[in-house]
Amino acid sequence: MTDHQHSPGLPPKARGIIPGLIKGMVTTARTLAKPSHTSEYPDVKPHLPPRSRGVIALLEENCTSCMLCARECPDWCIYIDSHKETLPATTEGGRERQRNVLDRFAIDFSLCMYCGICIEVCPFDALHWSPEFEYAEFDILDLVHEKTRLGQWMATVPPPPALDPSSAEPQEIAAANKPVRTAPTGSA
Amino acid sequence: MNAGLEILVRLVIMLLVFVVMSLVVGQTEHKVMAHMQGRLGPMYAGGFHGWAQLVADAVKFVQKEDVTPRAADRWVFKLAPAIALAPYLVAFSVIPLSSTVVVADVDAGVLFVLAASAVGILGVLMAGWSSANKYALLGGMRAAAQLLSYELPMVLAAASVALAAGTLSLTGIVDAWHPLWLLWQLPGAFVFLVAAVAELKRTPFDMPVAEPEIVMGPLTEYSGLRFAFFMLSEYAGIVVMSLLFTVLFLGGSNGPFSDALGPVWTLAKSALISVLIIWLRVSWPRLREDQLQRLAWLVLVPLALAQLALTAVWVVFTSP
Repeated sequence: MTDHQHSPGLPPKARGIIPGLIKGMVTTARTLAKPSHTSEYPDVKPHLPPRSRGVIALLEENCTSCMLCARECPDWCIYIDSHKETLPATTEGGRERQRNVLDRFAIDFSLCMYCGICIEVCPFDALHWSPEFEYAEFDILDLVHEKTRLGQWMATVPPPPALDPSSAEPQEIAAANKPVRTAPTGSA
Repeated sequence: MNAGLEILVRLVIMLLVFVVMSLVVGQTEHKVMAHMQGRLGPMYAGGFHGWAQLVADAVKFVQKEDVTPRAADRWVFKLAPAIALAPYLVAFSVIPLSSTVVVADVDAGVLFVLAASAVGILGVLMAGWSSANKYALLGGMRAAAQLLSYELPMVLAAASVALAAGTLSLTGIVDAWHPLWLLWQLPGAFVFLVAAVAELKRTPFDMPVAEPEIVMGPLTEYSGLRFAFFMLSEYAGIVVMSLLFTVLFLGGSNGPFSDALGPVWTLAKSALISVLIIWLRVSWPRLREDQLQRLAWLVLVPLALAQLALTAVWVVFTSP
């Protein structure tokens, strides 16, 4: 409470209890007139900010089984099994190619602390935050989400937020807009 | 036979109205208090904005175990909730909703109501004494001290109105009422309202059940249906006190079209008073025990006596 609200020369105590009592009643009446702050959660879905950390979604096609996420995870809650597959050469006499095939990708959400490091380190954007949070289970073992379940969360991933108005161009667009390199003219 | 049947029907109707009004006041308190605190209050029971919350509470209370402490004075302990509730029911029976809508029109209505509602003290005191719990005992003692000291200004304020109307009958007071009384009896009305809130042991006068100090005061050891009775008696007390205030100071059924709408006027006015009592509870902190006694003896009693003197002088000079 600041001084200029009081009548000059009178400290608050000298004015008796009546102003305080009236002020209390005015405050409650004003709160009564305003809508309440309660969010009726199960009936009305909460409005979550776009970067909410609800659950981690996996875009399986992007995953190369590089194990970066599993190694960076502070809780060691990401399980990855993969094997190498040899692809036959596409052209006559060509070299055979090898690629990783993802057998198992699971995140144990009973261990996960939602730090988001796995999403940060993934070099191929295979992991994404989804704001969905209603996946509580009666059995703690059911909190291990396997590949298919993690894949299903992809549908709930919001589009990336727009860039700030004066931010630099995204790298990809900047690269595409660069003028084509021409052969150097003359001899140097 | 017919007279007996009529009395029975009247009593049953009165009991129903009494319980329904108490529950309505309780529900209003739930919702009004919640919204004054920026909450919603009960929303589920009954479907529409939790209208059946208190019914659901009653169902829950019935299912609970009825515990009597081993060291308690069993009969007194078990009887106390009924003693706390019944006086309000008795007092309610003589308060007129209009000059015709009244269960029992007693000649000395004011006296009867005040005497009956004062018996309620006994229930709280019995509960505090018989619980064999020091918090309950402390609460009971506080309640007794508080109720006794606020009884006096309340009776004096009511006496002023009776003096002004020249009758002790509640219907007579309503008939004699004039809008000018609002101004003339204002100090008395203020004293009566404050004393009524104190009689109900509600904030800011809830020292007897102050949770941070003495758990729940006299109600500490109560559970289940007996506890529910105490809660019901609190809401019933609000109903009776606001009806009484309406009849004594706000002219009861007086108002436009009072011939047809008399009971509606009484109910509307007392509903306003009930909301005011709830509003005070949400807004104000609790008075300390010494402040509480100081208010009663140094402010309310002198004010009520001054009002009584003013009324007496007025009556002497204006009566033919």
